[in-house]
Amino acid sequence: MSSNEDSTNENRSRRRFITGLTSAAWAVGAGFSVTPFVLSMNPSARAKNAGAPVEFDFSKLQLGQMVKVEWRGQPVVVLRRTPEMMSGLSDVTNLLADPDSVGSVQPTYALNAARADTDRNDVLVMLSVCTHLGCSPVEKLAVGPDPEMGEDSKGGFFCPCHGSKFDLAGRVYKNVPANKNMDIPPYQFLNENVILIGDDSARVS
Amino acid sequence: MSNFMEWVDRRFPATKVWNEHLAEYWTPKNFNFWYYFGSLAMLVLVIQIVTGIFLTMHYKPDASLAFASVEYIMRDVPWGWLMRYLHSTGASAFFVIVYLHMFRGLIYGSSREPRELVWLIGCVIFVTLMAEAFMGYLLPWGNMSYWGAQVIISLFDVIPYLGPILTEWIRGDFVVSDATLNRFFAFHVIALPLVLCALVFLHIVALHKVGSNNPDGIEIKDNKDENGKPLDGIAFHPYYTVKDLVGVVVFFMVYLGVVFFWPDGSGVLLEKDNFAPANSLQTPPDIVPLWYFTPFYSILRASTSDFLLILTVITGVAAVATFFIDTKRSNKISAFICYALLAVGLSIFDAKFWGVVMMGSAIVVLFLLPWLDKSPVKSIRYRSMPFKIAVGIFVIAFISLGYLGMHPVSELSTIQAQLCTILYFSFFALMPFYTAWGKTKPVPTRLT
Repeated sequence: MSSNEDSTNENRSRRRFITGLTSAAWAVGAGFSVTPFVLSMNPSARAKNAGAPVEFDFSKLQLGQMVKVEWRGQPVVVLRRTPEMMSGLSDVTNLLADPDSVGSVQPTYALNAARADTDRNDVLVMLSVCTHLGCSPVEKLAVGPDPEMGEDSKGGFFCPCHGSKFDLAGRVYKNVPANKNMDIPPYQFLNENVILIGDDSARVS
Repeated sequence: MSNFMEWVDRRFPATKVWNEHLAEYWTPKNFNFWYYFGSLAMLVLVIQIVTGIFLTMHYKPDASLAFASVEYIMRDVPWGWLMRYLHSTGASAFFVIVYLHMFRGLIYGSSREPRELVWLIGCVIFVTLMAEAFMGYLLPWGNMSYWGAQVIISLFDVIPYLGPILTEWIRGDFVVSDATLNRFFAFHVIALPLVLCALVFLHIVALHKVGSNNPDGIEIKDNKDENGKPLDGIAFHPYYTVKDLVGVVVFFMVYLGVVFFWPDGSGVLLEKDNFAPANSLQTPPDIVPLWYFTPFYSILRASTSDFLLILTVITGVAAVATFFIDTKRSNKISAFICYALLAVGLSIFDAKFWGVVMMGSAIVVLFLLPWLDKSPVKSIRYRSMPFKIAVGIFVIAFISLGYLGMHPVSELSTIQAQLCTILYFSFFALMPFYTAWGKTKPVPTRLT
């Protein structure tokens, strides 16, 4: 074989083509090999199963009291709202960014001004996770002047991280960093006193 | 001995490497105070790796054990407190040094031709270092660790469509959890240190190819003697190795002073809320990142819907102004289209999205420095007055952003942060203009 033959145009273009083809095959192979490594970082089966629903007996809550319950590692607020708190919800409508909860996450049965199951709409069950960057807002339940919530606060939630404000139904105020109302998880009442957070499959609507 | 070296040199280029990079690596003879920080950064990298190795001997990357294992290191492990304070103070020292090192590059024009790659690799090191520090900060599993990670990971949520999938992938769970801690440990202890060491190696290879800049900003290679040695160059070893040792001694006096007498920096180096274990139900009342992230954090927080309106106006003015700049017609049109698209984007996406974009851009603009700087001279010694004023304003804006980011937001501080954000970006956006404006001083042909 002479070296002249190797450098003919025909051979060169054939070699380029074969080199290109081999590189492409390697690239596809590399893509396939990376895939399991990338996917191994997704939530594991154990993490997915850990989302079991949580029961909470709210009869131990006084009227106007609030607790945080842990569900899927996240804080869920359970608040028994007083009639005064409930009437405050309609007073602040003009100050809210999305009073009708059009852009937020909630089950259909909580798509109302109180953002709660209409059977017991005084009980607020809400994911206490700020829709800005995921901090857990602080409860400001008292009606009246508050350094963070303003002069005539009707009560609400204030996020200490970046100053977002929400009303007592988790609806976000205007001109704060957060842009969505806080999420309402699926829930159902097992009986008069016990609530099941994270599961509404047995709910009769 | 010489026989031994001959034996080695026939098999491995030991003497060659020693000469090329130390004994006959010609360095400008006029290095000043600012030139300590490169070698100090390497020293701190070594300190962090060594103390890190000893910490991993006792630390447990498990959400139920991590916090207690750090307390165990502090109380029960012999000298464990020292390893931890060296490491936690070392992290802050690393950023002090890197910020000063970068500032040196800025004022002496060290990023300019032919050192663009040295600068770019350095910027990648900076970004990697930020990731390394952020992931390391989760490991003590204190309440500030937990919520800091929660906030920063949530930043990726603003990416349209991909955001929620991406954050789940980063956390490995639906919330910051044991899975997150475990993988951050892997990245912090193995992946990123390897990347950092490789990048530092590339940084030095690139630097030794082009040679060091100096406070005069002129090339020593332009004046060589008959043997090809730069007339104004001195050997890195022993001249600068010895000089750097002086810097090391002074550095250790400050660094160890903090380690022994002020390890928490009154809540700045070790935050008070991090002395309580992570609690997924309770966000700390004043959540702030560590001081070295606060300038960028301030830029994130400065983005409000009112601020976007101001930015839209500024973008509009910039779009019109492009037609008055003396440049090619096609340049004008493409610049105008860019500004117009930006203005439209500012009105479509919300403040949360732009906050993240601005924070990212604040880092990305650093990469562009070599091409934004149009001054005919490199060093601040010979530059025109507008550049000196701009650098002064930039330093004030950067430090103010850092200060504001360490404190809770108020109406006044938001406006201050917004002003500083505009100043920060103006420094880079207007750089092609003010660096070319004004009279520069004549540059000497030899080092002064």
